[in-house]
Amino acid sequence: MMRKSSILFQIYLVAIFAFIFAPIITSMIFSFNSDRFPTFPLGHFTLHWYETAFARPEVWLAFRNSAVVALAAAFLSTILGFATAYTDFRYGFRFKSAYLALALLPPTIPLVIMGLAMLAWLGRMGLSGTLVGIIIAHTVMGAPFAMAICRLRLQSMDPALEAAAWNLGASQWSAMRHVVLPFCLPALISAYCLTAAVSFDEFIVSWFVSGLNKTVPVMILEILQGNVDPQINAIGTVVFMTSISLVIVAQVMIFKKSSQ
Amino acid sequence: MRKLSLYPFVWRIPLMVWQGLFFVGPLLLMVAMSFWLVQNYRMQPDFNFTNWERMLTRGYFWDAYWVTLWRASLTAVLASLIAFPASYGLAFHLSATARRWAIFCLIVPFFTSYLVRIYAWQVLLAESGPLNALFGNAGFGPFTMLNSGFGALVGYLTLVLPLVVILQTFSLSSIDRNLIEAAWNLGASPRETLLRVIVPAAKVGLIIGAVFAFILSFGDFVAPFYLGGSKPPTLSILIIDTTKSGQQWPRAAVVAIMMIVTLFVVAFAAVGAAYRKRK
Repeated sequence: MMRKSSILFQIYLVAIFAFIFAPIITSMIFSFNSDRFPTFPLGHFTLHWYETAFARPEVWLAFRNSAVVALAAAFLSTILGFATAYTDFRYGFRFKSAYLALALLPPTIPLVIMGLAMLAWLGRMGLSGTLVGIIIAHTVMGAPFAMAICRLRLQSMDPALEAAAWNLGASQWSAMRHVVLPFCLPALISAYCLTAAVSFDEFIVSWFVSGLNKTVPVMILEILQGNVDPQINAIGTVVFMTSISLVIVAQVMIFKKSSQ
Repeated sequence: MRKLSLYPFVWRIPLMVWQGLFFVGPLLLMVAMSFWLVQNYRMQPDFNFTNWERMLTRGYFWDAYWVTLWRASLTAVLASLIAFPASYGLAFHLSATARRWAIFCLIVPFFTSYLVRIYAWQVLLAESGPLNALFGNAGFGPFTMLNSGFGALVGYLTLVLPLVVILQTFSLSSIDRNLIEAAWNLGASPRETLLRVIVPAAKVGLIIGAVFAFILSFGDFVAPFYLGGSKPPTLSILIIDTTKSGQQWPRAAVVAIMMIVTLFVVAFAAVGAAYRKRK
């Protein structure tokens, strides 16, 4: 009886996973398919769409822009996230709940609204249409994720560890450098990869803010507004591989912690 | 007496400065902007209710509002119902290792190229696409799945389902197993155990999952635009149209504020319900 229901649940789970992964797998399959219009039965295997897509200089430029933005935004998000997580871990102070709300609220605001608000604000600062503008916006969105990951890691650190370092004569700064930071290193790497993935995939705020400096997802968004073009599958597959790798590294670092 | 140390503030201040300058600042500007006027394609600071009056008295705004609210609610309910058996299976019918791998696999798509996934659905669901080819072989169809409420729903579910399953699984697998066994021993049927023990015990996680599904689909622009055919427009499509083609940022700001207010009301009501003590 228990066996049978277990099998039913497993079939259901397979169906759910099929639904979730169907679009990812579809995109990969059709990126290697020779037919112009994606349908079954498949044509033959080809690298044609990759060749045409990556023969275009604007595709390379978009990848370069995306990489610059993701690396910089992930760096800033991780620093902000760690500083905030450490503050939450070590200190209690007045208005702390307001402080935490400020730290965790950004992901709940719809991206379209962030895009509009950022467009107006960065425009006033003379930053709209620049990569710096996109980096700023992505840092706002990434910091809460980085904070959550670092906070989780600090949770498993014995607060006495830092105190012991002080008692042994370490200053607060050197305790941070020699005790807290090494302990948090997996979380920092994890936060860096995850926020880089968030930034690499974000397109709405970038689309509002970017102007002529397009990132990869913004380019895809604009191609999508035209005709179906299998080149998107090729570009999309590269994007998938990039962000999947980043998220996997991020998760492996988190798991490493729990097995220690 | 120790002198005031710099150390705590080095960690505390950066976030306040950054999120103050680049999160609170832009949102406040947007609120202010909703009272400004556009003259000769330029915004003039003002304190004027014209934009508010213009948007809130128009039928098309309210049409978009109710469509968005309806679709987000439907997504929250459907995603919760579809996710529940999966989460239940993950929590109670898999080993801890298998569960961990499953969660691992669910986190990956949540952070992975939503836009490209929606494009893939556009390919899959097309009139002459792969799914209709399969249906055709089986003697059905072809079905029109794109540019409809159904298409948009597929997109919303793609966005929210992994997260809802994760949140539900966490809350289900933290239920005390003794509680469930006690219910069995006291002669409760599987149905009774589910409805009177498991669901109430996992209530907070179930509601949080639904709230996230609501928030994400309420603000999403891609699913209704590329799979739903943007007819009728949702609030996010309205914001983009008003901003991008109309240059009417103040009116878009009005729509945005209405969205934020709605999200806050729904989120607070739901969290209130989640933590209310059971009688």
